[in-house]
Order: sequence, then C-alpha cells, then structure tokens
Amino acid sequence: MPGGSELVDDLRAVVGADRLRSGPFDTALYSRDGSLIRGDAGVVVLPVDADEVQQIVRVCHRHGTPFVARGSGTGLAGGAVPVGDPVVIVLSKMDRLLEVDVEERVAWVEPGILNLDVSTRLRPHGLHFAPDPSSQSVCSIGGNVANNSGGPHCLAYGVTSAHILAMEVVLPDGRVTTLGSLDPEPAGYDLRGVFVGSEGTLGIATKVAVRLTPNPPDVRTLLLDFTSVADGAAAVSGIIAGGVVPAALEMMDRPAVEVVEAFVHAGYPTDAAAVLLVEVDGPAAACDAEVEAIVSVAREHGVRDVRVAADDAERDLLWKGRKAAFGAVASVAPDYYLHDTVVPRTRLVEVLDEIYDIAARHELQVINVFHAGDGNLHPILAFDAREDGVIERVHRAGEEIVRASLDAGGVLSGEHGIGIEKRDFMPMMFSAHDLELQDRLRAAFDPGNLANPEKVIPSGSRCGDLSPQPVPAGAWV
Amino acid sequence: MTTSEPLQIDRPADLDELVAAVGSAGLVVALGSGSHQDVGGVPDAAARRVVAPAGVRSYDPAEMTVRCSAGTTVAELDEVLGAAGQMCPLDPVDRTRTVGGVLGLGRSGPRRLRHGPIRDLVLQVRFVSAWGELSTAGGPTVKNVSGFDLCRLLVGSLGTLGVLGEVVLRCLPRPPEARWFAGTADPFALRDRLHRPSSILWDGTTTWLLLEGSAAEVRAEATVAGLDEVAGPPPMPSAGRRSVRPRELRDLRGSFLAEVGVGVVHLDGPVAGRPAPAEVLLHDEVKRLLDPDGRFAPGRELWGDR
Repeated sequence: MPGGSELVDDLRAVVGADRLRSGPFDTALYSRDGSLIRGDAGVVVLPVDADEVQQIVRVCHRHGTPFVARGSGTGLAGGAVPVGDPVVIVLSKMDRLLEVDVEERVAWVEPGILNLDVSTRLRPHGLHFAPDPSSQSVCSIGGNVANNSGGPHCLAYGVTSAHILAMEVVLPDGRVTTLGSLDPEPAGYDLRGVFVGSEGTLGIATKVAVRLTPNPPDVRTLLLDFTSVADGAAAVSGIIAGGVVPAALEMMDRPAVEVVEAFVHAGYPTDAAAVLLVEVDGPAAACDAEVEAIVSVAREHGVRDVRVAADDAERDLLWKGRKAAFGAVASVAPDYYLHDTVVPRTRLVEVLDEIYDIAARHELQVINVFHAGDGNLHPILAFDAREDGVIERVHRAGEEIVRASLDAGGVLSGEHGIGIEKRDFMPMMFSAHDLELQDRLRAAFDPGNLANPEKVIPSGSRCGDLSPQPVPAGAWV
Repeated sequence: MTTSEPLQIDRPADLDELVAAVGSAGLVVALGSGSHQDVGGVPDAAARRVVAPAGVRSYDPAEMTVRCSAGTTVAELDEVLGAAGQMCPLDPVDRTRTVGGVLGLGRSGPRRLRHGPIRDLVLQVRFVSAWGELSTAGGPTVKNVSGFDLCRLLVGSLGTLGVLGEVVLRCLPRPPEARWFAGTADPFALRDRLHRPSSILWDGTTTWLLLEGSAAEVRAEATVAGLDEVAGPPPMPSAGRRSVRPRELRDLRGSFLAEVGVGVVHLDGPVAGRPAPAEVLLHDEVKRLLDPDGRFAPGRELWGDR
C-alpha cells in the first residue's frame, strides 16, 4: 500500500470507510481517464464537501504524498491519470448547484456538477453555461476548469476561462483561498486565469462561480455539404472573413459523416466530401441576415446543398450527429485515439491533407470531425488494439500530426490539455526558459510538487534538463 | 510623471534590442505612453525606463489575429485592423496609449459588456523575463491550452513580472453599425431586455446605450430599447476607478459614470487604495519566483492607489 497504512488510516478518519477505496480491484476504475494512458490509483477517497477536501489535502501534505483531483474522468490527455501512487480525490459527489444570482448572471457550483446539468437547471431562468464540450452530458465543471475546456460554441462565446469568475480553492498545503472575484477588476494578479487550465497542478477548486449566458432569442442551424474538403475549408475562411462569427462552425469529412449517419440517422449526406454544421444566434432579424450571408459565401465556394433545421427537433438531431461522433467510431473499430491540435484557419486544407497522408502511411483509418471555425482539429485514429504493433503506429502517427500542426504555425492542444500525453512535446513549443518560468509559477502554488505531479511540464524543467523523458514509471500507454 | 529627476529612457527598435536594454540586472520600469505610470505607486526614480518597440509585425485578416510590438499605439493598431474591417476592442479613452501599456494596466474598455475583458484578447505574449531572456507564453492561434497561462498573469501585472515586447491579439469583425442611444430608462431593466448590448453607461440619472452589429441586429435591439439616438457617450471621468459587483451599482450616489452589467465605476476624484486580494501570500510568492531580485516596476504595488 503506497504511503503506508498510516496514510490510509488518516484518510479514513476524514471520509469514513465507505468513501475510501483501496486495493487494485476497487481502484481500477480510477486508474485511467478517457485516454489510452493508465496509471495506478493507490488510495481513492470521495469527499462530499469542501471541508473534507481540505482535510484530505492536509493529510496528503503532512505525509508528503501527492494527490490527483478527479472529476468525471473524461479527459483525453491523461491529466487525471494517477502517476506515482497518489491519493485520488474524486469530486463527483460534490455536485450541488449552491446559489444562482439571476440578476448578475452568476452561479456558485461545486466542482462535481455535470456541465449539462448546470444549463438544464438554469433553463427556467433563460440562462446557460456556454462552454459545451462534446462530453458535456458527463463531464464536470471542475474538469472544465482544470482543462479550460472548449466546445463548438466557444467560437463565439469563448472557452471556459472566459466563463469562470471566481473559485474557492484548496491549495496544496491545505490552505483555502479565493481566486478571482464577482467584481470585474479585483486587485492583484489574475491567479484565477492561471488556475483555469492548470490541469489540477495548482490545487483543487471546491466552489466555482460560473458566468451564465442568456439563452439566445433565436437560433438557426445549417448543414452545408461540399464535394471537396478544400471547398468546405474555403467556405469556413470566407464566412469568417466576411465578418460573420457564427456561434459554432464545425466540419466533418466523409468518413466522419458515414460513421455518424449510420449511428444517428440524422439525414447527413454520406456522399459529401465535407459537411459544415453552422449555427448562428441572436435576434431573429440578425439571424436571418447572417444565414443569408453564410449561404451566399457557401454558394461562392460551390456548396451542393443547404439544409436549415426547421425546428428544435431537427436542430437537436443535427447536433446529436456532431456530438455523438466519437461514440459512433466504435462501429468502425473497437478503439480510437482522439487528437487535438490547432492550426491557423487558412492552413486547414494543407494540414488535413497531411493528416490523411500520415494515417495512410501508418495504415490507420482517420476520421475528422472538428471545430473548423477556430482551426481546432480533432483527427480520430480508429484501430483495434488487439492488432500487433498497432499502438506504436498510432503513437507515431499522433506525434507526426502534432509536428505537422506546429510546423503550420499551430499549437499542441486547443482544448484537451497537455496532461501526460503531450507533456514531452512541450519543448516543441516552448524554450527551456519558458518552461522554467511555467514551473516557477506552478511552484508558487505548490512548492512541494504534490498536486498532480508529473503532468504538463516535462520533468527536469526545474533543473534545466529538458531531454525528453519517457512516460513516468507506473503509467503505461 | 511626478518626479523631476532626469530619467534614462531606452527606446529599443526591435526585440533583440529590447532584450539588451532590459538586461539581466538592474531596476527596470516598462514605459508605455506614460499616462498611468503612477498607478499602484510611483515607480522608483532610479530604475531605467524601457519603451518597447512599436509597429504591427504581421496581420492576416483571414486568421483574425494580429502580431504587434508592445509599443504600438492603439490608434495605429486600430488603423491597420480597420482597413480590413476588423478591430481589437482594447478601447482606452486615450488612443495614443500603447498596446503593452493598456495590457499591463489591465483595464478593459467600456465595451466589455459585449466583448469581454481585454485579458481574453491576448493569445500570445513575448516578454523579457527577470533573467533577461526573451520568453514566450501562450500560442499564436485563436484557441490554445498548451501549458500554464502566463499571458493572463501578465495582463494587469503593472509590469512587475516581465517587460512586454510583442503580443498576438485576437481580432473581431468591426460591426457594420455602432450607434449610441440615451434616455432615462432604468439601465438594469434595459440590460435584461436586450440580447447583447455593447455598453450601458449610467450616471444615476441618464442611461447611455451602445448597440453594435449588423443593421438588422441594431435596428431590432433599438426598437426594444426605445431610447433616442445620440452622437456618442458622455465624457468618461478618468481620475478614479472602482470595481464593484454589478448589483452594487444601484447604491451609488454622487458624481459617477458606471458600466452597468460590468461593475466598473468611473469617478472624478482619485480612489485611495484598493482592497488587497485574499491570497496576498500567493501573490508575493508569484512575484518572488518570477522576479526574485525585484527588478521590475519597483515602487508599484498591485493594490496601491487609484
């Protein structure tokens, strides 16, 4: 037992025997997230309130034992995967909507509340939480904070950081503090902004003030289909350059459309080379004007068919196709590896071409369904893990996709984060000194390196040694 | 400038010269237009003043991002973006201020209600660290979660953590229409009735409203608002500034101009001190680890006056 039985006894004293798990069988569920990376959960605790989280962190601090906070475990970069026998602190029991202030459009929630539940419960007030990752029906707000999550509607509304006003956090030494404020210009550094997206390495948010967005008075959802990916991508650039920033602007290539259509029967054209799902919202008159502008750009780029959702049911069906894409991949192959990079919008076509080449070279099937409006690619490599040597090919292809994206002027990750998956790629984007500064920022919060160690920053950044490290001992991919 | 001492001011022409000017030792104050140098306290007169290079470095309207040197004036940036029908709503009252100065001060403009705080406009920052090295934070694309967010840390840091050299900013389409309206309507009720107003200003008596967007959107929202069109907003008091919860604006008395729905209050007189944040120790630790010798902006405190 990692950390010895004294640690377990101390943790049990906080949460009781029924909310503590130990032993390989009871902790297996917590050894991985939505990625292919697996770790080892030493002890798992399930606190029910902020006070218990604080006591747990104090126990960890006293024992010098690292801890990993975990929401729903839907992360795709290994951010919640326990490395080095940490205590896993599962926050899913802390799922209350604590307070809603309709006038100020802000709600205090606990970190374990599900993203979609926030919006569903605020519907009577005409408000919602804007970030809408594809996993929104199962992912937690705490996880969204950790990853600075995105989603299709972030094109117009901004990613999670723009929707988090303040947080109560337990720092890695057990102190509790508030970052950010409900007033617009709190004094001091924007430590709220630093905490959002820090992947659990700076502490644990136990209470989050989320900014609420009014539901739009009207919405129009369009499906545009093209006979070439290049035309579809040119339409994306044309729409944006024409001065319209849609609420969402998503693209699917033919393999994606085929897979999705077989799964949800939304009437997607399976013979199209590329399909754009476009949504605009606002006052009805403004929506109509934007739809007209979008359709006119699409026609300039040879759109074959324009379908406008006639009602909410049709709109939901079109979105269901988009959001179910990752699940639908199961009909092609039992396993998939979902990538996440961003490239300049104007280079989408050439990078997509390169991704097709990379997949072909490694004999992998690739499906592209992504946030075209902000250049955020999500190539899905579908495979069967039982096939000999396939995992190595998947990883080589993944690394080549990352390199191709960076070479085109892009970045490592648009919304899934770095975690373990891309940790050792960080030197491709940042200098040793850049990483040392990031690590110093981390050390200001966590000098003992207890909060989710071995994530985001390559090991060795603190002493200037940046030679690529293997995946940490105890984790396997 | 409140000091009469002659100051040494370096004006490097590019990033390499900026790195050399900041160096790896000695006290340095990043200087923009100089309009807000005493916010948070008057910087040490003995510190070298360094002005960042100026100019737009690259701009591709199709990407809706712009790379510019920190010393570029907001007026110049506006002009370049405006020629392509775009904008970056940094919105200082005085457009001769620099991009780096506006970001270092961290105060958003009056269109924050619609366009969000200026910290969300910053995609990448290149800055000189306390070790005298050119460093990069963030990424050049409109979406990025690679690594810790030092960009947001630097926005509003009053130059206490690094010297801004170059930034990549997110651009937005310049709205085809932007019209101001005014009347005596209750500004709080107005905010609830409108979809995405760009600005609602209130002095306790009169309400000013900015609507932006397509002609159709502005027309539709103007009908809902029912105010009279006016030439523009009232003069913005600049001597003092407070930040309060949006609902607390209702209780304001005296002379003020408030940003309804946001919580920023513009005042005629200076505001003494600002409440220190809850996590002072954490702030001190961030400063200590990123500027161990206290080289940058000595004399300025993040919760000092004004």
